[in-house]
Amino acid sequence: MSSSLDHLIRMANQIARNLQHEPDPAAATAEHIQLYWDPRMKQMIFDHGAQGLSDTAAAAISALKARV
Amino acid sequence: MTYQPQADFGTPESRSTEQVTLTIDGRDVTVPAGTSVMRAASEQGTSIPKLCATDSLSSFGSCRLCLVEIDGRRGTPASCTTPVEPGMVVHTQTPHLAKLRKGVMELYISDHPLDCLTCAANGDCELQDQAGAVGLRDVRYAADATHLGQAKDHSNPYFDFDPSKCIACSRCVRACDEVQGTLALTVQGRGFDSKISAGLASDDFLGSECVSCGACVQACPTATLVEKKVVEVGTPERAVITTCAYCGVGCTFRAEMRGEQIVRMVPWKDGKANRGHSCVKGRFAWGYAQHQERILKPMIRSSIDQPWQEVSWEEALTHAASELNRISAQYGKRALGGITSSRCTNEETFLVQKLIRAGFGNNNVDTCARVCHSPTGYGLKTTFGTSAGTQDFDSVEESDVILVIGANPTDGHPVFASRMKKRLRQGAKLIVIDPRRTDLVRSPHIEAQHHLALRPGTNVAVLTAMAHTIVTEGLVNEAFVRGRCEMDEYRDWAEFVSQERNSPETLESITQVPAEDLRTAARLYATGGNGAIYYGLGVTEHSQGSSTVMAIANLAMATGNIGRRGVGVNPLRGQNNVQGACDMGSFPHELSGYRHISDAETRRLFEGEWGVPLDAEPGLRIPNMLDAATDGVFKALYVQGEDILQSDPNTHHVAAGLAAMECVIVHDLFLNETANYAHIFLPGSTFLEKNGTFTNAERRIQPVRKVMTPLNGYEDWEITQKLAQAMGLAWNYTHPSEIMDEIARLTPSFAGVNFERLDREGSLQWPVNDAAPDGSPIMHVDGFVRGKGRFVVTDYVPTDEKTGPRFPLLLTTGRILSQYNVGAQTRRTDNVVWHEEDLLEIHPVDAENRGIKSGDWVKLASRAGETTLRATVTERVAPGVVYTTFHHPLTQANVVTTDYSDWATNCPEYKVTAVQISPSNGPSEWQEEYEAQAAHSRRIAQPEAAE
Repeated sequence: MSSSLDHLIRMANQIARNLQHEPDPAAATAEHIQLYWDPRMKQMIFDHGAQGLSDTAAAAISALKARV
Repeated sequence: MTYQPQADFGTPESRSTEQVTLTIDGRDVTVPAGTSVMRAASEQGTSIPKLCATDSLSSFGSCRLCLVEIDGRRGTPASCTTPVEPGMVVHTQTPHLAKLRKGVMELYISDHPLDCLTCAANGDCELQDQAGAVGLRDVRYAADATHLGQAKDHSNPYFDFDPSKCIACSRCVRACDEVQGTLALTVQGRGFDSKISAGLASDDFLGSECVSCGACVQACPTATLVEKKVVEVGTPERAVITTCAYCGVGCTFRAEMRGEQIVRMVPWKDGKANRGHSCVKGRFAWGYAQHQERILKPMIRSSIDQPWQEVSWEEALTHAASELNRISAQYGKRALGGITSSRCTNEETFLVQKLIRAGFGNNNVDTCARVCHSPTGYGLKTTFGTSAGTQDFDSVEESDVILVIGANPTDGHPVFASRMKKRLRQGAKLIVIDPRRTDLVRSPHIEAQHHLALRPGTNVAVLTAMAHTIVTEGLVNEAFVRGRCEMDEYRDWAEFVSQERNSPETLESITQVPAEDLRTAARLYATGGNGAIYYGLGVTEHSQGSSTVMAIANLAMATGNIGRRGVGVNPLRGQNNVQGACDMGSFPHELSGYRHISDAETRRLFEGEWGVPLDAEPGLRIPNMLDAATDGVFKALYVQGEDILQSDPNTHHVAAGLAAMECVIVHDLFLNETANYAHIFLPGSTFLEKNGTFTNAERRIQPVRKVMTPLNGYEDWEITQKLAQAMGLAWNYTHPSEIMDEIARLTPSFAGVNFERLDREGSLQWPVNDAAPDGSPIMHVDGFVRGKGRFVVTDYVPTDEKTGPRFPLLLTTGRILSQYNVGAQTRRTDNVVWHEEDLLEIHPVDAENRGIKSGDWVKLASRAGETTLRATVTERVAPGVVYTTFHHPLTQANVVTTDYSDWATNCPEYKVTAVQISPSNGPSEWQEEYEAQAAHSRRIAQPEAAE
């Protein structure tokens, strides 16, 4: 696993953890990633799958992937 | 303008709204109640002779030169200490007064050297002027007992002290007390033995507590305290108003010139950010502009192990454009990016992001605000609706409780700190939340009511515990919350903070802040009157930086401390134009005015102006650019005015990213550390050599005006334009005012801004538009920008950076008064006499356990890397915490900082790094290798001799 992907997994988990009190944490996490990550970063995390991601982060990535 | 000294009305302005009319020398004058007779006369155009009075200081009444006669009153009162009264009839010039004044002046001059023709202040000396004004023609007293011939004090690098010329007016002492608030100077002795002293009789200025702000020099009416440059060069012959290029206070100065040579920078009394005050950096540390290490010719090289080759501007720019176009064609548009600078002007920053979006064809633009205040942008936009502080600096004069968290204003923002300290000396209460005992915690006549010395990394826990206290003890301003905030979010937040797990008692084991102290501080903030919060990078540079900003906003909303003078949420910006760089669309996800790039309507507006389609996807942030570079997909970077190798975290990772790129273009004043990995160097211009604007921490847009010809040949906006033109873009700005006009057309909050208006009014605070035609000193007065204020639940999430047996201490970083950021400017001035190396602060207990004494070399090691520096043992830091600055490249504090970052913005977690400290014999192997590599990389090929 590349260090870049490690960073992305950590970032996604961090975002999800800090948005856990939003009404829909997965949706809020997906929205944050949509707004602030560049296309390649999104594609890398889409391609990676759920390994290492928290449940909320994984749900967010899955929802975002389905959206694009 | 030609040289005119700044007007001096003798005593400060009265702010009374009551008007008083009196008669002075037969003419009626109406002034606010509380005005002195001296000032009233001056406003009428009558200059009453004076020496001890100046309008930056309270009236003193010691020199007895400003005497007047007042009908119906006995004697000759001092006009500086006599307030106006209705119907008062004043005479400023009578035979009796003339005789008295001449006698007073004769006494002064009898003990003053008569060397006017060779004196540095000749022609710019109040004593000389007043001797002329009173008509003194001879001195009858024998000079058998005088103060002449005393030794001069040359110790300060920027000014001299000649006690022989002192008239003991105390203006310097009072300036140090009232304006600067350091109280370093005193009058030693009594009567004839009175002498100005910098602390103890044994102290010289350099060895004293003097912070070299220059207030005493500015206040001195003689040549007793005089700038060394005036001694060297002579008095100025013209002055230009411009804005300082150091911190985010944004002091305005008169650049006082002789030809194209600066004689001195003097704080402009009409400057609304600094109100006539300055610090050692802005006042004196501008010598870097002419430093011998400044690069003045463009340079290129084929690879970073080659020496630089000086080339013409045309060759450098053609080569740069060719490389950028090649990489775009070969690797795709998204393989390129750029970084704007918070040190450059709004106009330059706007052009760089325009070049990247419209020229490179992507949104890979970021700014050094990424590593400082990006969480401010996110947090305040989320809660209040706009990414900026809420107040002007004047607001602090009406604060009753000042809460400073994660900021060290006496070092980082010294001119604003002086204003804050003035308010504290008047009785405002102070709460400091900081792991380190900063100077503000206890200094002359100031002592914080509460210093919450929290464990680094627990800001959110402390603020949530304060919120718990405020909510559960019924201290919420319910009327404000009900009228101004989203109620559903408020209820969720109030329920969350009320939970027992968020009580001060429960969190004490995490924060290390005594629960009762925290509760008392929270009560004080909530109930003590106008509560104002000021914060700095100790808030933002954490893994929960954005959450901390939102927690601060929550506290302000819950207590109703928003929307009027004396209150508010105030980020103290690090660099001169952090606010402006953010405003100008430097972030990869948004265009100027904080509008997201995905918004089609905003994009259409810019596309219409720029004539090119814009990418709707956000670009890369700086750390993501470096990751992409090491992945082999990001190949070219244009860096204007930032040194990411020294300033960004995890130096090894930054170096690896830069080394992986095929084209790094550094546009800067010096061959900085990043330039060690550059292929093209474009020499930049200093703030003294360009026109434009900076925007300070209070959203104040201020003019930057060219006082000398750029030594490198071009202003920076011209260089970016030439690069754009070389890439095929049809840009044709002829003056930066045209760039500001474009910014105003495209950015609603800048709609009413233009150069002509800025020159006329001095400054404008955005938003400036139809809704606020005169600008906006205070934000969110009748409602939040987003409509209703939004409370956000900020759950404390511990950082992933953990201490343990290998790395048991926590390192936090900061800066020092005399140095600025990576030190590129201040290290090239005489400021190095105060700070020639970074030092590691360590608590006596931790030092004792490791056998470390002050001055010892120590190894500072973390999971990311290690470096060495000297230790200083101090109780400023708590046990378990160490601290250092990051001003010197050979220390490279960022070798040890990690790539952990804020969850929302990727702002690095500089303030929490788990480290170990151990004795060392000297510089590490890495430091020695780095120094050798840097020297190797900075070689410049000598041109071949002409045949």
